Amino acid sequence: MNPQALMDGLITGSMIGLGAIGVTLTYSILRFANFAHGEFVAWGAYLALVVSGALGYLSGSLLTPIGPFSFGWSLPMAAVIAAALTAGLALLVDAVLFGPLRERRSAVIILVMASFGAALTLRNLLEFIFTSQPAYYTKALQIAFPLGGGLRATPDQLLTLGVAAVLVASVHILLTRTAIGRSMRAVSENQQLSGVVGIDVRKVIRMVWMLGAGLACIAGVMAGLLVQIRPQMGLDLLLPLFAAAILGGIGSVPGAMLAGLIVGLAEALAVQLIGAEWRSAIAFVILVMILLLRPQGLFGRPE
Amino acid sequence: MILDLMAYGAFFLTMALTYAIICLGLNVQWGQTGLFNVGIAGFVAIGAYVSALLTTPDAPGRFGGFDMPIAIGWLGGALATGFATFLVGALTIRLRADYLAIATFGVAVAVQLCVLNLEPVTGGPFGISFIPRPFASVAGNPSLFSALNLAVLAAIVILLYLALERLARSPWGRVLRAIREDETAALALGKNAVRLRLQAFAIGGAIMGLAGATQAHFIGFIAPDNYMPTLTFQVWAMLIVGGSGNNRGAILGAVVVWGIWAVSASAVSTVFPTEQQARAASLQIVMIGAALCAILLLRPRGILGEVRMFHRVGPATGNDQPPDPPVNEPLHAEKP
Repeated sequence: MNPQALMDGLITGSMIGLGAIGVTLTYSILRFANFAHGEFVAWGAYLALVVSGALGYLSGSLLTPIGPFSFGWSLPMAAVIAAALTAGLALLVDAVLFGPLRERRSAVIILVMASFGAALTLRNLLEFIFTSQPAYYTKALQIAFPLGGGLRATPDQLLTLGVAAVLVASVHILLTRTAIGRSMRAVSENQQLSGVVGIDVRKVIRMVWMLGAGLACIAGVMAGLLVQIRPQMGLDLLLPLFAAAILGGIGSVPGAMLAGLIVGLAEALAVQLIGAEWRSAIAFVILVMILLLRPQGLFGRPE
Repeated sequence: MILDLMAYGAFFLTMALTYAIICLGLNVQWGQTGLFNVGIAGFVAIGAYVSALLTTPDAPGRFGGFDMPIAIGWLGGALATGFATFLVGALTIRLRADYLAIATFGVAVAVQLCVLNLEPVTGGPFGISFIPRPFASVAGNPSLFSALNLAVLAAIVILLYLALERLARSPWGRVLRAIREDETAALALGKNAVRLRLQAFAIGGAIMGLAGATQAHFIGFIAPDNYMPTLTFQVWAMLIVGGSGNNRGAILGAVVVWGIWAVSASAVSTVFPTEQQARAASLQIVMIGAALCAILLLRPRGILGEVRMFHRVGPATGNDQPPDPPVNEPLHAEKP
């Protein structure tokens, strides 16, 4: 295997992993497969594009590249603001759509269908506002430098890998070591019972949306930085996200990240061996294999 | 002028009826059994491509073109799709309810990819053309030609409607509804829930395949672009608007939503300049998406809604709110 495929796989995999964390959290705590999650990735990328453009317009010095990277301070600042805005978008969708359906105790599958409608609405809204032309954060070209062993990477790529690792570690610590994290795990175990012992279930639900959408936004910014920004990017990521969430075991954050890396590496390998045109079939093949062999995933518990 | 209008009306209705067939198939899966299929476009595509391969004249540089009669193509399309649906169902129907949704979504992506990349079989991005049209011998007389086409589709829809109504009232249909409403009770009575669900899923899939085949022959040309997720979405909108669980609702919803779609599409093409039309078309989907969400929130039963065949015994639910569409409760019960 070409060692470069390893690098590509790790990078795609870390984006898939970040997105899959949100899918796995909504799935285990709100108990439905959210087909609109990919749109948070795309909206995050576009929101960061708008904010970073605005910041650059206010102060041109923010656009000068930082050190070896291809972008100026406007992008990291925009990424943080966009993550907050995407979290707000998720809360808005929940308040308008999922919340009322939950109030009414709708069947899970109604929530899934509503998320499907929300996904189409959000995606086509992006396409209407920004057209289907791809957009970029920066036009700067970067030279990949050798890392040894035939591996090459650009500074941007290494940075995204580092950021992804730090984010996953922080989410894991948040879930295992803090009060809100314990509440989240309690709600995912049993919503009624955790309500009875005084856990604010609505706060937990808000937290799930903010965390999931924020991570999705960062994944979108990474994809925009390393590849490009398109309205369809969320749709293209959706199947890998679901495959990773199920492979990792629903509810497991480390599982989602590890499975994201597996899906990313498998895709990179497939590009090498079969051809790039079959890339998006890999997630489907992985999905079918998990459902056949181990439906509870790597770290999940059997039902 | 009148003739033009009638020709357009016939074309519109024929197209709407092909959607009505898909809707009837979805109604077997969702309305009567509570199985959520997000891969409709993929299943419709399988039917369309299989039928096209069976009936087109031999094409150089492409596999197949078996030049068979149209009826064989339609039957083949339906059977192939039924089989594909059966496989997907066998894989996921035992698992949580939304795994089926994810798996069918995957099927749609995979089918789209195969259709696009298997150029020697499917013609790749260029698709397959010269699909024989029914009554091609009278094509010289446009009004007779379109009237005959419309008649064929109307006959298919009516036959399917009668068959499905009969099926829904048969012991099979009653057990299916019993499983949907209360699986534990049905299991206790010795009904094999998994097998019945699988049967319903495969029958619905076969109907979707048939719809894809008829659509392909009516248009005469198919390409991967016809089977995007938007198609899935349109069909869902049709069933939800018409009222899931009700076969007449499925047909009505197909005609109504296709009508809204056609009118808003022609509005888009007249109001917006050419270079803005792709943008405006996405706005069209935004509006229909929002409408779908609104219906789920405000009127989950759709225009017609399911006709209750039996009155429920027991306490009323306490409010006048109509009950939500099918529930699949035991599949996603609380974790132990």
